[in-house]
Amino acid sequence: MYKITRKRYLNPSVALMKVEAPLVARAAKPGQFIVFRVDDLGERVPLTIADAEPASGEITIIFQIIGLSTRLLSEKNEGEFILDIAGPLGQPTETAGAKRVCVVGGGVGCAIAYPQAKALHSAGVYVDMLAGFRNKDIVILETEMRGQSDNLYITTDDGSYGEKGFVTAKLQSLIEGGAGYDLIIAIGPVIMMKLLCGIAKKAGIRAIVSLNPIMIDGTGMCGCCRVTVGGRTRFACVDGPDFDGHLVDFDELSRRNSVYREQEAAAMEKHVCRLTGRETANG
Amino acid sequence: MVDKTERNMAPEKTKMPEQPPEERRRNFAEASLGYSETDALSEARRCLNCKHKPCAAGCPVNVRIPEFIEKIAEGDFAAAYNIIKTTNALPAVCGRVCPQENQCEKFCVRAKNGESVGIGRLERFAADWAAASGYSSHIDDNNEEPRKNASPSGRGLKAAVIGSGPAGLTCAGDLAAAGVSVTVFEAFHTAGGVLQYGIPEFRLPKAIVDKEINALKASGVEISLNTIIGRTLTLDDLRQEGFRAVFIGTGAGLPSFMGIEGEQLLGVYSANEYLTRVNLMKCYNPDYDTPIYKSRAAAVVGGGNVAMDAARCALRLGAERVYIVYRRGMGEIPARAEEIHHAREEGVIFKTLCAPVKILGDENGRVSAIECIEMELGEPDASGRARPVPKEGSGFVLELDTVIMAIGSSPNPLLKRTAEGLQTDRRGCIVTDEHGAASLPGVWAGGDAVSGAATVINAMGAGKTAARAIIKYLETSS
Repeated sequence: MYKITRKRYLNPSVALMKVEAPLVARAAKPGQFIVFRVDDLGERVPLTIADAEPASGEITIIFQIIGLSTRLLSEKNEGEFILDIAGPLGQPTETAGAKRVCVVGGGVGCAIAYPQAKALHSAGVYVDMLAGFRNKDIVILETEMRGQSDNLYITTDDGSYGEKGFVTAKLQSLIEGGAGYDLIIAIGPVIMMKLLCGIAKKAGIRAIVSLNPIMIDGTGMCGCCRVTVGGRTRFACVDGPDFDGHLVDFDELSRRNSVYREQEAAAMEKHVCRLTGRETANG
Repeated sequence: MVDKTERNMAPEKTKMPEQPPEERRRNFAEASLGYSETDALSEARRCLNCKHKPCAAGCPVNVRIPEFIEKIAEGDFAAAYNIIKTTNALPAVCGRVCPQENQCEKFCVRAKNGESVGIGRLERFAADWAAASGYSSHIDDNNEEPRKNASPSGRGLKAAVIGSGPAGLTCAGDLAAAGVSVTVFEAFHTAGGVLQYGIPEFRLPKAIVDKEINALKASGVEISLNTIIGRTLTLDDLRQEGFRAVFIGTGAGLPSFMGIEGEQLLGVYSANEYLTRVNLMKCYNPDYDTPIYKSRAAAVVGGGNVAMDAARCALRLGAERVYIVYRRGMGEIPARAEEIHHAREEGVIFKTLCAPVKILGDENGRVSAIECIEMELGEPDASGRARPVPKEGSGFVLELDTVIMAIGSSPNPLLKRTAEGLQTDRRGCIVTDEHGAASLPGVWAGGDAVSGAATVINAMGAGKTAARAIIKYLETSS
């Protein structure tokens, strides 16, 4: 049982939680993730560790309410418990040698991009942060990102905040403007990562992406999270979740992530229909 | 002693009561129902109680077979159970999943002229009788003395066991019985390893596994769930926390794929993933949130017990057609005869001497068919088995929406990656001596992590061997 010590909403569909998980907090490095199971009947779901505080034994997770499991997680309150948390899993992000980095986050991906920026920035690396959102209402972590970057650029699809447009166009113009990046880290929707990597590749810049495929165990046992990287099958849970963005088959990843879409929608609908939540359902 | 005149000389085993195939193929309840007392008495009387006990020599944990069977024949089921428990911590499990036909029953004298004694069925009967009647053995696993209630930490000896599958549980049980303070570290949220995630409910009900694990906990074994050694904690962390001996029983959990075209299509699973979704995550129960593919037709590639389990799960999840696609013939198929028989009865279609060439997909990236080629057996290969050779121009296509790869698994490299100096062979198996000692001081290993994918009982045997060595090490080096 893992106690929730803090919970707040960063926007209407993105929540931040601090959870007591001392062993995970002690071992966690940027880029690693946990697998949580909210209760006895729950799925095992991976979530990137947004922050870890070994002294207090807490980890921070930031998640978008996107399916049943994240919905159930969001319904837990401070002082309540998450049944299972296993981690830290995956390989830490490898950024050795980078001197001028552009960290790009899309939507809730900023929650994963932010700790990367923070780690680099505190190591003295030059960091630009580029954060894209649909509109002003869902902008998250602005203060935090600004504090851990040399420049923060925010774009919104509708222009309601920051610059109007997509992060792709902004990255293109920053590169053309002579930003001189030697590494792009892209974290967000699969299509965004694919397009950003295309731009980086044309400019001859290394790219790292953090992938979030469907997983069960997170320890290399099930093979559910397999992705094709450079023509080889890799397991995101143990070989990743970070990969060379120029080698990832994004179209395949996008397809594989959709495998249970209909069942997930049905499960969510069933849950929302239950006015009093899951206790009644378990009856 | 049982009077000789009472011996049952029937050439065949007493029939095992089973759920009818047409019923059980659509439910997850146990397929074999177990012997009644009458069945058990009748079967036990088939045993000749041979003086030289060839059966016992065929058992990796040396169950005292003729002795326990004689007690069943006498109707003293408690005594039978106690005798089994002196060497086997998990009789209800072994009675169900051991490949007895290759072990104890293979050496049974009765098998020379008819069927062997149903040793596994009798072992299961004794264990189930004890469970149903609330009887618990008060026998120490090693010396038949009532179990000492001394606090396990009283001796100050502390050992860690990594992995809570059959090897780890057996090792932990023997260590605890010897007064060692044991903590078992498990990566999943539930203890049991392959007994939980791999073997389906209809072959090994999870209530039985839970009961065995609860008994271990009651004997003083601590179980730390959600703890991945190599990630959450390292071997060095364990040493620093005072665990002077470590047993690695992490199994062979890394699934293999064939490397053929189409393996990334939606609807292609490793058997590990498929079985984990079914057995551990209980996708067949609508109360659980776990999704699974709603298959209409499925092919399971491979011919081992795991393949049979996956095929029978696919049927139970509603598939109309389920194929086993195996590249050698029925003579070479590695699954237990009983599993093959059960799968056949339930309607699994065997496509032997067939190998997949390619998996075909539809416009949405979902599996639509599997293309296979017929094989014939050629010269023996490195494994000594006839090498399957493709027959030119024999390709054919099976239309289906699910493909499950059950072609084997190898040890998980996660622990090794952070354990410098832990020697493994080229298959990734941990290298040990005959006592299970690995290449690092104070570290032992056993089960599938050492042998590659094998059986529950061999893993248990390895757990016992290592436990003996660990006890000796802790006692002499403290």
